[in-house]
Amino acid sequence: MKGAFIINGTAETYTFGPADTMLSVLRKNGHAEVKSGCGKGECGICIVLLDGKPVNSCQVLAASVIGREITTVMGIGNFRNLNPIQEAFVEAGGVQCGYCTPAKVVVTYSLLRENPDPSDADVRNALDGNICRCTGYVKILDSVKLAAKKLSGGTDD
Amino acid sequence: MTDFVHIGKPCGKIDGISLATGREKFTNDFYIENPLYGAFLYSPVPHGEITGIELKEAMAVEGVVKIYHYENTPDRLFTTAGQGFPEPSPYDTRLFDSRVRFAGDRVAMVAAETEDAAQEAVKKIKVEYKELRALFDPEKAADPESPKIHAGNEYAKIPVPYLPEKNIAAIIEIGFGDTEKGFKEADFIEENTYKVHYASHAATEPHAVSVYFDERGRLVIITTTQVPFHVRRIISSVLDIPLRMIRVIKPRIGGGFGGKQEIILEPYGALIAWDTGRNVKIVLSREEVFQSTRTRHPMRIKLKTGFKKDGRITALSMDALMNNGAYGSHSLTVLSNTGSKVLPLFNKIENLSFAGKTVYTNLPVGGAYRGYGATQGYFALNQQIDIIARKTGQDILEYCKKWHIKEGETSAVFEALGEGKEGVSQTVKSCKLDSCIDMGAAEIEWYKKRGKRIKTEDGWITGVGLSIGMQGSGIPLIDMGSASMKMNEDGSFNLFAGATDIGTGSDTVLGQIVSEVLKIPLEKVLVLSSDTDLTPFDVGAYASSTTYVSGTAVKKCAEKVLSQILDVASEMLETDKDDLKTEPEKIVSAKNGKNVSYSEISIYSLYQANQFQIQASASSVLPESPPPFIAQFAEVAVDIETGRIKPLKFVSAVDCGQPINTVLAEGQVEGAVVNGISYALTEEYIFNKRGKMVNPNFGNYKVYTAADIPEIKTIIAESYEPTGPFGAKSVGEIAINGPAPAIANAVFDAAGIRLYETPFTPEKVWRELIKQGIV
Repeated sequence: MKGAFIINGTAETYTFGPADTMLSVLRKNGHAEVKSGCGKGECGICIVLLDGKPVNSCQVLAASVIGREITTVMGIGNFRNLNPIQEAFVEAGGVQCGYCTPAKVVVTYSLLRENPDPSDADVRNALDGNICRCTGYVKILDSVKLAAKKLSGGTDD
Repeated sequence: MTDFVHIGKPCGKIDGISLATGREKFTNDFYIENPLYGAFLYSPVPHGEITGIELKEAMAVEGVVKIYHYENTPDRLFTTAGQGFPEPSPYDTRLFDSRVRFAGDRVAMVAAETEDAAQEAVKKIKVEYKELRALFDPEKAADPESPKIHAGNEYAKIPVPYLPEKNIAAIIEIGFGDTEKGFKEADFIEENTYKVHYASHAATEPHAVSVYFDERGRLVIITTTQVPFHVRRIISSVLDIPLRMIRVIKPRIGGGFGGKQEIILEPYGALIAWDTGRNVKIVLSREEVFQSTRTRHPMRIKLKTGFKKDGRITALSMDALMNNGAYGSHSLTVLSNTGSKVLPLFNKIENLSFAGKTVYTNLPVGGAYRGYGATQGYFALNQQIDIIARKTGQDILEYCKKWHIKEGETSAVFEALGEGKEGVSQTVKSCKLDSCIDMGAAEIEWYKKRGKRIKTEDGWITGVGLSIGMQGSGIPLIDMGSASMKMNEDGSFNLFAGATDIGTGSDTVLGQIVSEVLKIPLEKVLVLSSDTDLTPFDVGAYASSTTYVSGTAVKKCAEKVLSQILDVASEMLETDKDDLKTEPEKIVSAKNGKNVSYSEISIYSLYQANQFQIQASASSVLPESPPPFIAQFAEVAVDIETGRIKPLKFVSAVDCGQPINTVLAEGQVEGAVVNGISYALTEEYIFNKRGKMVNPNFGNYKVYTAADIPEIKTIIAESYEPTGPFGAKSVGEIAINGPAPAIANAVFDAAGIRLYETPFTPEKVWRELIKQGIV
């Protein structure tokens, strides 16, 4: 079957099978920035935004989201136009191996858009479904707080 | 000593932005043209002989190209342990074997045009097994009546005690003094049995391999590895492919923790490619990673200590039984580390013995796992020390400060116990453990909380516990790292390092070392690491070696480059080399103040006179392995009603020498701490009666997330290791060793129960509370 999606603001049309997940369709079509960790919706590595809300893309059938907006980390910012969230993750040490980072960046983007000044508990809850084995989360929580500060126009410290 | 420009700074990782924007490629992200996909069939039985394989139906699946199994693959023994050569692990593994040894052992592999076809064909392979009696209890492994798991032609490449006919994969016995006499002199004897359990590394990126042929028909293997050079060597030897025909590339790696120090997938990818002439992709599922790759070796430790009323230990004997599962990966060295990284810490013990045995069972296979035996040993030792301090009425902080190894001191254990051979004698040159204990205690408010059993709002009881430890920095006289460098016209430098960044940030750390030597900004160091065609050799990322061993090679290399820069500058400025000094990106004559920039020097050397490429290479193998030290403090709350443990705060104060990058050093500690807490409390391999792990997913194998962590504090002590690059020691492994014993000691402080066996599940804790009459 065939379907069009709005991916990072651009309409793209892909061919896929009825049982294919959003994750596999994205990856097969060059969106290798979306990673895979468990294929069961239990680790959060493959999270993308679907109409602005975080979803595990391995649990979403591509056929069920035709026409909808999908945002990957590349839609948040790129080399030439970095999003402050991405800067914050690097500066605060929230990136170690970086395999979970694309998902954490999009989750943070979604969180801060709805809740620009999240409490510690808000941040923890937002990231709950998103495993990281490298950082121990301390610097990821710091990264989100730094990102909130940067986005609200505050200084880095 | 500390007026560094680039060292000890919290600069961001050089690959940070590219990772955070999703541009970096991991193994499975590379475009491989028209590959075959590999998929495995695993044994459902724990122990058996394959009596028949029927492939007809599987081969009939559209797109299937070939199915590999024991009858059509090389019958060659090797070890999957990605160690130096010859490996100190037994050669007991074949690509495929007629005998299966655990539920999860590889039986066959399908190569097909699509992933779906490969998976479908796997389901259609019919295998008949003659089941053999299985051995699950490591305590019974050496019994004469137990089934023999490896009783054929397996062998150890190096001369170590290896007795497969008794299911023994390694034996270690060392000691000094007279323990019998020591126990007789003691006022008290304390003897306990401690057990630590299986665990998965759970790196977020599952194992994968991508293989293609280059223009000249050489095999290029992109793989999730910690040991690219060992991968090349082992593939060459297992598949009889000339080493020169293999190139191994390590791309970005999604975490290793030891799990990717194993040659788990690469020979299979290479096999399909070399056999069919096709490109290949194999990616493991999470379930496969849990059930069939490698794990932390479970261990049972009997620890006996005799001590006087003042707490002085008159004798210590440690008896360790390590379960290696079906194959003997790291069987000797993890076991030896349980002694060699743990027992030197209390170095005033005059009578000591360490007896260790590694055995085979029909269970999943152990392998390298962050901590590497020390995690197991410290679980026992730190509880034992807590018990001794309590029994002799002493403040455990003062007790530890009195008895731990100090600067200028040594331990006989260093020399007695190495990795696969005798160890290397060394004197500790930097140890700031006392200040670590003091700073950590202040942060956790030890004296306000210890023994106070303060109640939380919801009625849980709190307690605090301590764990101290040391690790090493590489394997002395064995681990070798090397690097080369060249200079470019704009005063930038290429650094080619064999060292393997598996997400730790070692590319950044090595770049900072170059920055410091040459006084250049970090962005002027272009780091390329771990490509067997392009970079010089390095043993890889293990044994906490990269900063110390590879970092020393990089520092030497940069110093050689600097010397050449000074030669050229001396020619250009017509000044004696000794009169020159290095300033940021330029060389200045101390005599007349004239200077030349790095860019001018490079252009001069490449184009203008006496032309040559400013370039150098250097290797490093070090005669010692300076231990980092750590003091870790847990504050927990225990729910007496349910047995639940809630970690409230966890403090680590670490002496890692001079940290090269403070934010990355803290990140190493914090990542290890959370892995350690998660291991102590929730992570568990649950087996059915057939030895099959039945919870191979993150839903049922609970790894801590951001919502679960307690307050975590990391303190880095001021320290300087004179033998290390810019004073650095290691920091990658040490912090994983403390959480389990610190939490166990905190639970005792809160509730008066001893937890001798991990993980501390509510059920286990509750049963112990009942047993002690506390509930």
